[in-house]
Amino acid sequence: MQTNFLRKIIFDEKSRSLLIQTLVIGLFALFIYLIAQQTAYNLEKRGISSGFDFLNLSAGYDISIRLIPFTSEDTHFRAYFVGLLNTLMIAVCGCFLATIIGFLVGVIRLSSNWLFRNIAYVYVEFTRNVPVLLQIILYYSILLHLPKIKQAIEIFDGFFLTNRGFFSPSPIFKEGFSLVLWSFLIAIIASILIKKILKKKQEQTGQQYPIFLINSALIIFTPILVYYIMGRPLEFDAPVLKGFNFKGGMVIRPEFLGMLFGLSIYTAAFISETVRSGIIAVSKGQREASQALGLKNNLVMRLIVIPQALRVIIPPLTSQYLNLTKNSSLGIAIGYADLVHGFGGISLNQTGRAIEIMLMVMLTYLTISLTISLFMNIYNKSVQFKGNA
Amino acid sequence: MTKIKSLFISLLLTLGVSSAIAGSHGSTLDLVKERGKLMCGSNTGLAGFGAPNDAGVWEGIDVDVCRAVAAAVFGDASKVEYVPTTSKVRFTVLQSGEIDMLSRNTTWTLSRDVDLGLEFVGVNYYDGQGFMVPASLGVNSAMELDGASVCIQVGTTTEMNLADFFKANGMSYESVPVETNSEADAAYTAGRCDVYTTDASGLYASRAGYPDPSAHVVLPEIVSKEPLGPAVRHGDSEWADIVRWSLNAMIIGEELGITSGNVDEMMSSNNPEVLRLLGAEPGYGAMLGLSDDWAANILSQVGNYSESFEKHIGPNTPINIQRGLNALYKDGGILYAPPFR
Repeated sequence: MQTNFLRKIIFDEKSRSLLIQTLVIGLFALFIYLIAQQTAYNLEKRGISSGFDFLNLSAGYDISIRLIPFTSEDTHFRAYFVGLLNTLMIAVCGCFLATIIGFLVGVIRLSSNWLFRNIAYVYVEFTRNVPVLLQIILYYSILLHLPKIKQAIEIFDGFFLTNRGFFSPSPIFKEGFSLVLWSFLIAIIASILIKKILKKKQEQTGQQYPIFLINSALIIFTPILVYYIMGRPLEFDAPVLKGFNFKGGMVIRPEFLGMLFGLSIYTAAFISETVRSGIIAVSKGQREASQALGLKNNLVMRLIVIPQALRVIIPPLTSQYLNLTKNSSLGIAIGYADLVHGFGGISLNQTGRAIEIMLMVMLTYLTISLTISLFMNIYNKSVQFKGNA
Repeated sequence: MTKIKSLFISLLLTLGVSSAIAGSHGSTLDLVKERGKLMCGSNTGLAGFGAPNDAGVWEGIDVDVCRAVAAAVFGDASKVEYVPTTSKVRFTVLQSGEIDMLSRNTTWTLSRDVDLGLEFVGVNYYDGQGFMVPASLGVNSAMELDGASVCIQVGTTTEMNLADFFKANGMSYESVPVETNSEADAAYTAGRCDVYTTDASGLYASRAGYPDPSAHVVLPEIVSKEPLGPAVRHGDSEWADIVRWSLNAMIIGEELGITSGNVDEMMSSNNPEVLRLLGAEPGYGAMLGLSDDWAANILSQVGNYSESFEKHIGPNTPINIQRGLNALYKDGGILYAPPFR
C-alpha cells in the first residue's frame, strides 16, 4: 500500500507535479515568514520602534500642493490621503492627456502627408528612447525659467504665467448656481434619451437625423439659458500680485505641470504605437468593403475601423496606464507632493517607520493598479467580438 | 529536475545569506579594524562641513570628525571611506550598518536619539535655523515673510520648525520641498522661492557658492536650536565612547593649546592633563580599546577644534562664520568637553 502511494507520487506525472508545486509554495511561505521574523527581531534588537500608532501623530509639516485642506497639525494619516489624492490627480490627468496625444499621433503616423507623418515619427522615437525621469526634469527646469513672479506675463485678463505656476481667476459660486449644474445634468440625460429615440426612428424609417448637432446644442445652451435666468450667479476672483506672491485665484504649480508634461508626452509615444498597430491590424478588406458600400471616410473610421482596432488597442493601453501611474512616483525628483514624496518621504523621515510606511505605499499602488486593470478589463470585454464570430 | 535543484540551492543560499547578515553583530570597533577603514556617512556636499574639494578629497568640520575617529583607531586619518547621504536616507544607512558613524550636520533631537535606534555622541556645531532672501527684496526680518514661497529640504527638523514659526506668527507660506542642498540652491536662484531656509551654517555655505554672494542676506532671526553632531548606532556603547571622545579630544586639545604643530613639544609639558591626553601618561587609550597615542594622532593629523573650524568655515574662508556659540566656554561660547581624567 505504502509503496503504491510512493510509486504514484514518483511516477504519476500529475501527482508528482502537484507535490513539487506544494513544496515550492510551502518553501516560499516559509521564506517570507523567516524574513518577516528576522526583520522584527533585528528592529527590536536595534531599539527601533515599530507599529502603526504614528499615523495618529500630527505630521508637523505643510504640503502646498493639495486637494483637501491640510495643516501641520493634521495627522500623518491625513498626509497619506493628501498624497494619495495628488497621485490619483496626476495619474488621471496624465492618462487622459496621454490618450488624446497618443491617439492623435497614432493616426497622424498613418497619414499620407509626408511631413506630418515624419514629425510624428521623430517625436515617437525621441520620447520613447529617453528615460522619463530626464524628460520630467527637463520640462520642470524649462518651467523654472519662465519669468519670475514680479515679471509675470499676463496672457489674458487675470491669467498669469510665472515660474511659480500658472495663475488664473477662481470661480465663486453664488446662490442659484446649483440649478445651472442640475440643468446641465438634465440636458445630458435628455440628450441620451433623444439619441435612443432618434436611432430607433432611423432604424425604422432609414431617415438620418443630425443627432450630434441637436445634442450639443441642448447640452451647451440649456445651462447658459438657466445661468442668465438665475441672474448670472457666478463671479471670478482674479489673482493679484501682493507682496511676495499672487493672492486669490487658482494656481497650477510647475511641479504638477512638469510631471504632467513629462509623463503624458512620454506615455503618449507608446500609446501612439499601440493605436497605430491597432489600426493596421484591421484588415484592408474591411475598409475597402465599407467604401464600396458608399460610406464616407470619417464614417469608415468611426463605424468600421476604430471599433475593431479597439480590440487590439485596449490590452496594451491598460499596461501603459499602469506604467504612467507607477511612474508618477518620480514626482519625488522635482518635489511634486505625491504619495511617495509626502507620506513615503517626509513622514517616513519624521517618524522613522520605514517598513510600515513602505508597506502602506506599496499596497496602495497595488490597489490602484489592480483597480485600473479591473476597469480596463471590463471595458475590454465590452469591445470584444460578441457571439460566435 | 535540474531546474528544481537549482531553485532549491538558490533558496537555501538566500536563506543562508540573510541569516548571515542578521548574525553579524560583533563589536563595531572589531569590524572597523578588520575592514581596515572607517565607513563614515557624510553630506552629499555642503561646503565647509562635508564636501569633496577640487582634488576630490573630502573636507569640512564634519569630515574632520570622521578623520579624527580614523586617526584614533588606525593612527591614520585618511583611512576613511565617505558615503554621501541625503537627509532622507542618512538614518536608514546608519541603522542598516552600511556606515559605522554618521557625521553630517544632523540635529540631535529626542525622537532621533530614542526612537530611531541611534545614539548621538556630542555636538560639533551649535546651529540654528535661519532664513536667506535676495537683498533686492528689501526684507529685514523674518516677520515680514507673510505669503512668501519657501524652499526647504525635506526630511529635516527644519521643515517642522518652519511650520511652527509661520503658524506661531499667524503668517502663511508656500512650501517648495527639495531633496538636496544643490536642488535648493537651483530652485532658490531661479526664483521659484523667495526664501531659502535651513540651518544658518548651511545658508552661509550655500551663499558662498553663489555667483554674487553679496546679493543675498541671511535674516537676523534664528528660529530654532540645532545642535549638530555625530551619531552612531544604538547598542554599542564602546564604539559610541570612541567617537564621543575623539570629538572631545579635539575640543580639549583647543582648551589646552595643543595644535597639530606642537604635539611633539607638548609631550614634555608639565600639565598632567596634557600628558594624559597625549598618552605620555599611559593607560587611557586602553580604556577605550585603543593605543595610548590615539589622541596625539588626532591632534597631529586632524588638529584641534579651533584649527578645524578656522580652516573650513572660519572668517578667513569663503563661508565666513564667526565662532559665536561655538567658541569654548571660557571664550564666551558653549563648547565644553568633560574633563580628561
